Amino acid sequence: MDIRLDGITHSYDSFEVLRDISLDIPSGQIVCIVGPSGCGKSTLLRFIGGLERPSVGRVLQLGEPPEGCLNPLTYIFQDFALLPWRSVEGNISLVLEDHGIRGTGAREIIDSVLTRTKLSDFAKALPKQLSGGMKQRVAIARALAVNPAVMLMDEPLSALDSQTRELLMDDLVDLWTRQPFTAVYVTHNLAEAVRLGHRVVVLSRRPGQIREVVDIERPLAERGFGDADLDAAQQHLWTLMREEARAADAELINV
Amino acid sequence: MSDPTLGKAVTFKGGGFAPRPRRWVGFVVFVSLILIAEWGTRAGWISALTLPRPSDVLDTFRQLYDSGLLAKHLGPSLSRLLVGAAIGASVGISVGVLIGLFSYIRSGLVPLVAAIFPIPKIALLPLFVIWFGIGEGSKYALIAFGTFTPTVVATYGAVDNVDRTLIRMGQSFGLSWWSIVRKIVLPGAMPGILSGLRISLAIAIILLVAAEMLGAEFGIGAYILEAGSLYDLERLFAGVAILSILGVVMSALIGLIERRMLNWRT
Ligand SMILES: Nc1ncnc2c1ncn2[C@@H]1O[C@H](COP(=O)(O)OP(=O)(O)O)[C@@H](O)[C@H]1O
Ligand SMILES: [Mg+2]
Repeated sequence: MDIRLDGITHSYDSFEVLRDISLDIPSGQIVCIVGPSGCGKSTLLRFIGGLERPSVGRVLQLGEPPEGCLNPLTYIFQDFALLPWRSVEGNISLVLEDHGIRGTGAREIIDSVLTRTKLSDFAKALPKQLSGGMKQRVAIARALAVNPAVMLMDEPLSALDSQTRELLMDDLVDLWTRQPFTAVYVTHNLAEAVRLGHRVVVLSRRPGQIREVVDIERPLAERGFGDADLDAAQQHLWTLMREEARAADAELINV
Repeated sequence: MSDPTLGKAVTFKGGGFAPRPRRWVGFVVFVSLILIAEWGTRAGWISALTLPRPSDVLDTFRQLYDSGLLAKHLGPSLSRLLVGAAIGASVGISVGVLIGLFSYIRSGLVPLVAAIFPIPKIALLPLFVIWFGIGEGSKYALIAFGTFTPTVVATYGAVDNVDRTLIRMGQSFGLSWWSIVRKIVLPGAMPGILSGLRISLAIAIILLVAAEMLGAEFGIGAYILEAGSLYDLERLFAGVAILSILGVVMSALIGLIERRMLNWRT
């Protein structure tokens, strides 16, 4: 299942946030969206996820979601959004219960996603007992449990320290290599974008418009530190973003 | 390197602002107050008209217990308290959740609740007697009404404070409205609801006495009022002590529920 954004423009009252965004998200690829803060990345992701509607334009779903997909468009939030009163497995079963999956059916799914995210030993733990990185892995496990067609990730690693971020990026690359998934990955971190993105979309400052789309050919599993082409790509992205970021930073905030 | 023995320890400025339970302290406060009263009444610097002697009160209490009157008074009081508070709290929680979730209900009911809150419910007792009769009905109604308003206010405040990202999460995973309310909003509001319940139940005990002012033969309230009109301070204090114990038990019960249900809090 592909996603197509068709001429999306959006204003909050008279405050224009996004302007004329058209973009294809091909299945099996990770599309990263980068841009200065406040340029409307999260807003765009909410449109894709159906949590909000744009003033102009449409988000289209091309093709049917794959067999066994419980929730085609599934979010992963920056602040994890785990229910603190449910254990790790309780948080995962939360999203299965409404689909009538209980008992052994749920058990199988929960065990499988916990294994894939290396969390099997923590099934009974409460979120307050987990580190930030583990919490985000629980959130990833929860997203995998509904077998999504597209994962929508809003700065999923921004609340974590840099070592944990590296580890989780490796985990995401592993997950994708074993079983490719489609994802829209919003970040303001260019290193994450060149590490995880098959395609990087650069937005301008508010109102967000597409400045450029950069494709990165090298397979995810082969990307590492100090690869010349990745460095070049990151450098290129930074030159695109520097002016935007500086201008966005200097803007008066009139809200 | 300079000589470490010459150094001065950095002044400690941290600590405090983190009260921890110290069980025995509360007990010591109670016991010492009672001992002071006992001492004062025995030594004579507290006159018998000012304060009854604690040991006499205890004696009265024992008589009450031995004669079986305690159970006779406590039974009806507890059932009034239980029924009244259960009705008031459950209606209060439901209405509070509705106010927390729906704009029209909120705009319609919040001013109404604000208007009802400051009315001393005791003043409405004659009205309740007309509406619900002189029997148990009016007593249930008074207690229920008194617990209702603080519960509503606490509940909708608690619902407002539920983390919105958790609700968005539920929506993004396609949970039904009812699932979101049951599995996200209610548990998230539980800390606020329980601390509201503490206040509501204390108010329920206060109103119990008021309710038993009218046409109650038995009940702690009736017992206290009778003792009061006869200036029988020992019996008055015995009755008041029962109410206090009731309050402590209620509060401990809620504390127990909090420790059980809210162990997920950091
Ligand atoms: N619900 C909303 N109502 C009004 N303004 C909003 C709302 N959500 C976001 N905005 C504004 O839209 C702009 C883009 O926000 P956002 O999409 O969160 O940016 P980003 O995620 O790129 O930092 C910001 O200036 C923000 O203040
Ligand atoms: Mg954002």
